[in-house]
Amino acid sequence: MFRGIIRAALITLGLTAGSAWAEEPFIVVQSTTSTQNSGLLDYILPWFEAESGIDVRVVAVGTGQAIRNAINGDGDVLLVHAKTDEEQFVADGWGVERKDLMYNDFVLVGPKSDPAQIKGGSDILTALTAVAAADAPFVSRGDDSGTHKAEMGHWVATDIDPTQDSGSWYRETGSGMGATLNVASGMDAYTLTDRATWLSFGNKLNLEILVEGDPRLFNQYGVILVNPEKHPGVRANAGQRFIDWLTGPDGQAAIESFKLDDQQVFFPNAN
Amino acid sequence: MQNFAAEFNSALALILEGDSELWAIVLLSLQVSVFAVLISAVIGMPIGAALAVARFPGRRMMIVLMNALMGFPPVVVGLLVYLMLSRSGPLGILELLYTPTAMIIAQVVLVTPIIAALTRQVIEMLAEEYSEQLRSLGVSRLASVPVLLWDARLALITALLAGFGRAIAEVGAVIIVGGNINHVTRVMTTTIALETSKGNLALALALGAILIGIAVAVNAIVSALSLRAEQEGLRHA
Repeated sequence: MFRGIIRAALITLGLTAGSAWAEEPFIVVQSTTSTQNSGLLDYILPWFEAESGIDVRVVAVGTGQAIRNAINGDGDVLLVHAKTDEEQFVADGWGVERKDLMYNDFVLVGPKSDPAQIKGGSDILTALTAVAAADAPFVSRGDDSGTHKAEMGHWVATDIDPTQDSGSWYRETGSGMGATLNVASGMDAYTLTDRATWLSFGNKLNLEILVEGDPRLFNQYGVILVNPEKHPGVRANAGQRFIDWLTGPDGQAAIESFKLDDQQVFFPNAN
Repeated sequence: MQNFAAEFNSALALILEGDSELWAIVLLSLQVSVFAVLISAVIGMPIGAALAVARFPGRRMMIVLMNALMGFPPVVVGLLVYLMLSRSGPLGILELLYTPTAMIIAQVVLVTPIIAALTRQVIEMLAEEYSEQLRSLGVSRLASVPVLLWDARLALITALLAGFGRAIAEVGAVIIVGGNINHVTRVMTTTIALETSKGNLALALALGAILIGIAVAVNAIVSALSLRAEQEGLRHA
């Protein structure tokens, strides 16, 4: 009764989703900043929304936070890029099933002056080792995001522990990709970024791509329906419909047609 | 820097040319913050006034606490409100997370201490001034609260504006509980944060200029209204 009154009041005020209670006219997608900042989601979502009548509400945060929010049930669909963590998410019962969605790659960007002299390389481990050896400023996300996890994985492979030098040449921003790129361009530092965010980033200043093309820089995105058995409030029907569309021919074609600077930036690979 | 200035100008022009999406964002910002300030006033003013006139053990303690809460970090407030409204939180069933209502709740938590603390200050001074008069009329301390609030209404507008300033400029809490969802919970400050993270610094700054313009306009309107009220009050007196 009390709850009903509150809802009625809120709906009257026009401050909540109104008819949201009856059916599933919208879903909440916990996603990563790269899919939003690059403009991909703004580009493909209108197709799905027109076809299904389902409004897609995107909360764009780092992959680590997106997964935690989804574990709390604060989203119907999870769209992130940290495959091991995604599989763990499903194995722990928080998600129904993980599907590959698309991929792109990471690139190592840095100042044109290139103090560590890594330009043109295609081996990320060699490049990172050179950066560390030169004590050249390197900015890390430091926020448990998909990109941060990928970066830490490369450091482990080099046998260097950069966090020991945290605060000197190794600088952890603890913030999103865009904020971290702003820091890197502000202090002429190296940083690892996904290509989509890099291409759409508007404050590059002296930064440019220095290392790319290493197969280890592969960046896979996956999509998962949050488990309605864990959180009964999950809009499972609409969420599943969105996943089916994304991984189906229409969604994959939409992803493929998204371009930045005439370049395709996300490569659909749902099977 | 010359480049940046040109970029800023073109961004500002683009915005002012009537980008309907932007005006929807401005409107939502105002809607959320005005609502939050009104609710905070309804809660905070009686509390502040009661603290000003009542005498009870622990009163000083409460005043200190209230003053300290004026500096409550918005991110912490956002986190607390998130934990309450999350589907795994106690109020999750209401499905309020990522709605404007969630943003209003967060701003109410931030603004109420400011309004309460400023109200206490204003009313305390006024109560001292009127204490003999009220006592001779036989009005008890607490019963004098509504009279004092009404009498101090013009001074209390400053408290409202201070609260509004905090609410409209705040980003840390609303981005957590609102989610910065396009067309749903995206307000001025979260748009500025988003454009900054995209590296569109000129556009972000142009949006900031508009936010300041709105704050100035709101303050000017309220100031003009209170001036008129004051003059009418004098005329009637």
